Amino acid sequence: MKDLHLIRLRVNGREHELAVESRRTLADMLRHDLGYTGTHLGCEHGICGACTVLVDGVPARACLMFGVQADGQEVATVEGLADGEDLSDLQQAFSDRHGLQCGFCTPGFLMLAEGYLAEQEGQGADAAELSEQQIREVVAANLCRCTGYQGIVEAVLETARRRRTAERP
Amino acid sequence: MIGTNLPRGVIGASIARKEDPRLLRGQGRFGADFARPGQLWARVVRSPVAHGRLRAVGTGRAAGADGVVTVVTAASLPAGLAIPVRLQVQDADLRPYLQPVLAADTVRYVGEPVAVVVAGDPYAAEDAAELVDIDVEEMPAVLDAAAAAAPDAPALFPGGNVAADFTLGFGDVAGAFAQADHVVEIEVEIGRHGAVPLEPRALLADVDPATGALSIFGMTKVPVFNRDLLGSLLGMDETQIHVHAVDAGGGFGARGEFYPEDFLVPWLARTLRRPVMWVEDRAEHLVAVNHSRQQAHRIAGAFDTGGRLLGLRDDIVHDNGAYCRTHGIIVPELTVAMLPGPYRLPAYRGRIQVVLTSKTPCGTYRAPGRFEGSAAREQLLDVAAGELKISRNEIRSRNLLHPGELPCQRSMSTLGTDVVLDAGDYPALLAAAQTEADRLGYRDEVERGRRAGRRRGLGVAAFLEKSGLGPQETADVMVSRTGVVHVFSGGTSLGQGIETVLAQIAADALGVHPDQVSVVNGDTERQPFGGGSWASRSTVVAGSAVHAAAGAVRDRAAEVAARMLEAAPGDLVSENGWISVRGDPRAAVTLAEVAQAAGPASPYLRPGEPAGLSARRRFEVTHMTYPYGVHLAVVDVDPGTGAVQVLRYLVAYEVGRAINPALVAGQLRGGAAQGIGGALLEEFCYDENGQPQSATFMDYRMPTAAEVPPIDVLITQDSPAPGNPLGVRGAGEGGVSAAGAVLASAVRDALGLAGSVGRLPLTPARVQELATNGGGR
Repeated sequence: MKDLHLIRLRVNGREHELAVESRRTLADMLRHDLGYTGTHLGCEHGICGACTVLVDGVPARACLMFGVQADGQEVATVEGLADGEDLSDLQQAFSDRHGLQCGFCTPGFLMLAEGYLAEQEGQGADAAELSEQQIREVVAANLCRCTGYQGIVEAVLETARRRRTAERP
Repeated sequence: MIGTNLPRGVIGASIARKEDPRLLRGQGRFGADFARPGQLWARVVRSPVAHGRLRAVGTGRAAGADGVVTVVTAASLPAGLAIPVRLQVQDADLRPYLQPVLAADTVRYVGEPVAVVVAGDPYAAEDAAELVDIDVEEMPAVLDAAAAAAPDAPALFPGGNVAADFTLGFGDVAGAFAQADHVVEIEVEIGRHGAVPLEPRALLADVDPATGALSIFGMTKVPVFNRDLLGSLLGMDETQIHVHAVDAGGGFGARGEFYPEDFLVPWLARTLRRPVMWVEDRAEHLVAVNHSRQQAHRIAGAFDTGGRLLGLRDDIVHDNGAYCRTHGIIVPELTVAMLPGPYRLPAYRGRIQVVLTSKTPCGTYRAPGRFEGSAAREQLLDVAAGELKISRNEIRSRNLLHPGELPCQRSMSTLGTDVVLDAGDYPALLAAAQTEADRLGYRDEVERGRRAGRRRGLGVAAFLEKSGLGPQETADVMVSRTGVVHVFSGGTSLGQGIETVLAQIAADALGVHPDQVSVVNGDTERQPFGGGSWASRSTVVAGSAVHAAAGAVRDRAAEVAARMLEAAPGDLVSENGWISVRGDPRAAVTLAEVAQAAGPASPYLRPGEPAGLSARRRFEVTHMTYPYGVHLAVVDVDPGTGAVQVLRYLVAYEVGRAINPALVAGQLRGGAAQGIGGALLEEFCYDENGQPQSATFMDYRMPTAAEVPPIDVLITQDSPAPGNPLGVRGAGEGGVSAAGAVLASAVRDALGLAGSVGRLPLTPARVQELATNGGGR
């Protein structure tokens, strides 16, 4: 007998209600039960970060969370970043800076960066103070095997600076 | 032929990648993203011991578990199934050493497939896999390749542990060493590491229950070869197997080779008449997928008083793991054949023993044989320079082949082709790299650090690459009624951006915008004759095939357009998707209109002419092309902790012609990051019983953004490859080739070592030892 729980959560603003086994990971639930296959699994032990999503705005490894733990929460995945036809500023910066090659780690890096950028915005940090080194430390949370990280670092730094400048009149 | 007024600079422009939007939106389609209604999930049960005799594999408990459909062992399969070698070289008979699909009576490494559990969902399959009872009589593991090569070593196979032992070379090596003024000999070991793409393998096989025809998602790299091999193993006509194009999360040599699972999953789907999905986890990947690189070199150079090489010899022991897989012995062969690198060499002998051990079997990893050989050769030059009291640059400049000495034929073959260094100016690139590093302040940074009391060093390494392996590649180009140019190529998308590059090549030939081009790679129905993406071949050979096919479509479009416009084909120009009469832009038709005019029942089609605007062309080539490069690096060594920090890194690489320079730079940067991993961090370690100690990302340490500095690149296009119409040399491997060499060189410089660093990777423990005791010979 499966140990099923009825849960309710929002993914990218959309309401979902489903019965999920207690041991099913958030990643498997998102991918296989709800169809958000943009969240990727690279290691299933919390190191690579390909499965990073935002849970109530905070980056989380979807492989290390059970689906039932997302009950009542707001989950954001890569599928929610673009505005229709338009890529988000961060997505566009990844493309402009060649911050992706195979693209497998990319959703995780995008969500990690979104979480970081939102946190920085909340703190009202100053664009001029942002250093490449700070971004590098954030980006070092996840693994990429293709790019050597340079384009990723540049894309996140550029977006951070642009967003901060845009905030200030 | 008609003239093309190209949209300015389609080739050579760093246009945005066609792959990016879908990947950035999470709409890529990787193997594990596919699903079929009613699909089953397979889980492979693997050997828990490094070497042993299988007494029994008990499946009863697993078969009775919830949700389990079947459990299969070797006894369920056709007898004697083994995976053949894809690339046969040097007449080696490797049949006794091939890996069985499932182990039948002996297991030879931890992770070897022993059984497969199939269940309705992946959790049930994984649970039941733990209920398979493997009764195994453990035998001594064979872990040290040099010891395993000895005649009295415990044998993994009836024929012993040495799968091959061969020597390549030319000239009078003994004579060269006899008359040398100075002989230098060092030992260099390369650690076992591997490709480790970020996406684990995944495979979905769907089956037509009526015919047994298979649809396969997740095979990549060499889909046509894999389809044909699968067909022969299953006794199926190859057209009954459709391998679909998918996105792949990095390849680097390891992904897409034919592994046991590539037989098992389709076979299960055929047998059960149900779709079967298999997704490996990371722990499996790290023990199941090809490892690479592990070699021990004893390399010696014979020099005259001026530091000129008179002869070179290398005795190499190659640890190939437990079996010979699809790559056979090409990594050892490439090691020996490419070892002389870009240098003038009157005499050379390279001997390599390919030894089997109780570890995961090996295959290629980006720059196979060149990473290893360059690490050995370049350290030899560094040590020799020190002993001869000349600079590391000087010894290289004196020995690099000059442009006038090319082409240079070396009496050796690799990958079935003769080694003929085609063209280039090696000394000029070494000088250009030095100038660039000076401009970027590398030398100043070393001096500054030393003045501040740091152990800072500069490394230099030169290398030769190879790319563009034939013998052929085929491309189809077709224009549909809406004017979209479709390219069906035999390359595969592994993250390198080949869709974009092929679109640029087709757009260039046809005079259209790359946005108007759609590229499908690696679909066996759309391109049944593709050779795949490996050996840095795709831009060279797939690109040349697309160039030829698109050129043929352009000529055919001109023929049809000439009839429509009542003009001579030679008077037409093709530009921005229009074909017009030269000097009369109003007399023009679109490519879409031409495609429609080439359709069936069109008045512009002559009797007997086939309908459609399309062409299939084949590019054939007998020799590879040889790109070349230089790496420079600045490192800080902490003698207390043994930590090596890479501060600066420059890759200078001659690519002949860069179709998309941003993608070339991306290849070089990504390769350098992998090389830094292999040189400093990554290693597959085993304990004395052959148990893997690097089976998680905690223990197998891939570089993060904290370990990889910004990589400077100097892409030169001074020497177009003579062997293909685009002049391209391939760019996939030059970022990694000399990483082991240059970081060893930099650490030697930082610590002031006279000898070699002895062993890669330069882990903190190793570096600490070097800092304390100095280098070896």
